[in-house]
Amino acid sequence: MANEFAVEMQDVVKKFATPEGGILAAVNHVTMQIKDGEFFSLLGPSGCGKTTSLRMIAGFELPTDGKILIHGKDMSQVPAFQRPVNTVFQQYALFPHMTVEQNIEFGLQMKGVPRAERSMRVSEALEMVRLPGMEMRRPKQLSGGQQQRIALARALINKPEVLLLDEPLGALDLKLRKEMQLELKTLQREVGITFIYVTHDQEEALTMSDRIAVMSKGVALHIGEPDEIYERPATKFVADFIGETNFLDGVVRGQNGSIVEVELLSTGKVYVESSRTFTNGQQVTIAVRPEKLRLNSEIKEGNNLKGHVEEVIYIGTDTHYGVRFAGSHKVRVREQNITQAHREIAKTGDEVTVSFTHTAPRLLTE
Amino acid sequence: MLKFFRNKKGFQLFGLLGPGALWILLFFNLPILIVLFISFVERGRAGSIKLPPVYTLDNYVQLFNACTSQFAGPECDPLLYIGIFGHSVRIGLVVTLWCILLGYPLSYFISKQKQVWRDTLMILVIIPFWTNFLVRTYALKQVLATEGLLNSFLINLHLINQPLDLLFNEFAVVVGLVYGYIPFAILPMYASIEKFDHTLMEAAADLGASPARAFWRVMLPMTLPGVVAALVLVFVPVVGAFITPDIMGGGKIEMIGTLINRQFGVSRNWPFGSAMSLMLMLLVLIGVIAYFRSSTEETRRAM
Repeated sequence: MANEFAVEMQDVVKKFATPEGGILAAVNHVTMQIKDGEFFSLLGPSGCGKTTSLRMIAGFELPTDGKILIHGKDMSQVPAFQRPVNTVFQQYALFPHMTVEQNIEFGLQMKGVPRAERSMRVSEALEMVRLPGMEMRRPKQLSGGQQQRIALARALINKPEVLLLDEPLGALDLKLRKEMQLELKTLQREVGITFIYVTHDQEEALTMSDRIAVMSKGVALHIGEPDEIYERPATKFVADFIGETNFLDGVVRGQNGSIVEVELLSTGKVYVESSRTFTNGQQVTIAVRPEKLRLNSEIKEGNNLKGHVEEVIYIGTDTHYGVRFAGSHKVRVREQNITQAHREIAKTGDEVTVSFTHTAPRLLTE
Repeated sequence: MLKFFRNKKGFQLFGLLGPGALWILLFFNLPILIVLFISFVERGRAGSIKLPPVYTLDNYVQLFNACTSQFAGPECDPLLYIGIFGHSVRIGLVVTLWCILLGYPLSYFISKQKQVWRDTLMILVIIPFWTNFLVRTYALKQVLATEGLLNSFLINLHLINQPLDLLFNEFAVVVGLVYGYIPFAILPMYASIEKFDHTLMEAAADLGASPARAFWRVMLPMTLPGVVAALVLVFVPVVGAFITPDIMGGGKIEMIGTLINRQFGVSRNWPFGSAMSLMLMLLVLIGVIAYFRSSTEETRRAM
């Protein structure tokens, strides 16, 4: 099954010379396989190597080391104009001296598609991005959202094997952004083309993607489905970057099957379920999401820790409580405001119990 | 109140525009009218014009038929001056073409450098302006001379045995003019290319355009305003140039500029020189207007 994967990055390295005269590995031994027909996101903060990875798949940059395969064919040294991929650029990069029609048909023209077929397919493409009849406009006469759709049409009309999107919604305002997220996802299902989507917005990645690669400092830390990345992050960075997480540093004191006993200095012992094996005395970090903690409702077969409320933040749907334990560990607890009474569980300074099940946290070592 | 402000504004406008307008009127428009007047009168004995003026069209007739001159010999070529005009236009076009062909890649190269290097390189392009044009042309003459730098160099390398005739021909004039006017081509083209967003070239490549096609379809049309400006800025002065053809051509290469220069000098024929000046102006004007007409659409699109 050579064609099971739309894109494969095999141990890819990209080094750049920095202005200071050093060498920076923007992408440092990245290996990932992107399945055919998948909506795949590269997620990470700026400078993590996600855009460089995308540019190497597009062919704008050639890898220093490693291989890039598109549907099984080695593309590592093939120039951009000969690759079966198309890109939607961050600032759209529409040709300002051409009409919308000339922009969209550019790719077909390069392939030598006859004029009649071109103009037919342009109007189809405009139909697809819901901007029919815009052929004669100039890019400057269009709004940001419209330009975005034209850029999409210009890329998709070529029926690429893979569509690359470089933060395409970055320049749009929040409301339009949300609309376009759903629209893009729907469009991707309709056309069935593999999308590789670069974003620094974790919510956007979680909303749209089939799978996500979380990157940091040129390395892919975790590749997985959105719920896996959220529920079972591989590293502290991933846990911290996706959503909000409480980190509690502790030491392993014992393990009974899948239950690990961890001592939090001066705060107490907690029991956490983990599929991994730990040694006694090993330093670990417990990562637990604020919404998985309960305030003043003890769980019998779980962990219950005493602490003091330091702050109460009401944010409408939820109330956030900052609780400090005896050993100076601090956590944030998120309680949904289901009833009026629920809003008043605790006040600043109250002593409270913070409870969570054995399966709620995640034990991390890096 | 309103009227007062209006008057004040009008006064300010006059104060700002007045001096400049007056300058142009006195030293630009008025002299052209004087030249126009002189071109329609008979010449005087020792230069200048005959007084009181005797109106005539002879100067213009002579332009189109050189044999109407009182000094014309039996083997005169009636199209002598038209030929020189044609020759000047041809040299102008060749020089402009070379300036653009050499200047465009150079401008592109400079625009791709880091900020510090860009500034340095642009200063290097501009520096020759600070040296007197005449000095530069004489220096170039020394380079191309029979015993000059280039010939000595080539002979020492044993690439040639006899010195090449590099001076006092059309080649020398073209080299001299390209050398002198290339900054006028680089500056506007650099301004256009520097503004050009190179992501557009990536977009074109992404859509399947080879580098050459991407250049013709995207980069050239978008930087065309700079190329047009270069064309006008080089062609116009080169067609009328007289110092370079005089020095580099050694009197053998006749251009409109040298011809006009001669009318006001040794030939002492101001009226004929004036007629030629006005014809040159007309020629350049027609050329530039025609070019802008044909390229407006492209230029406007690229804006």
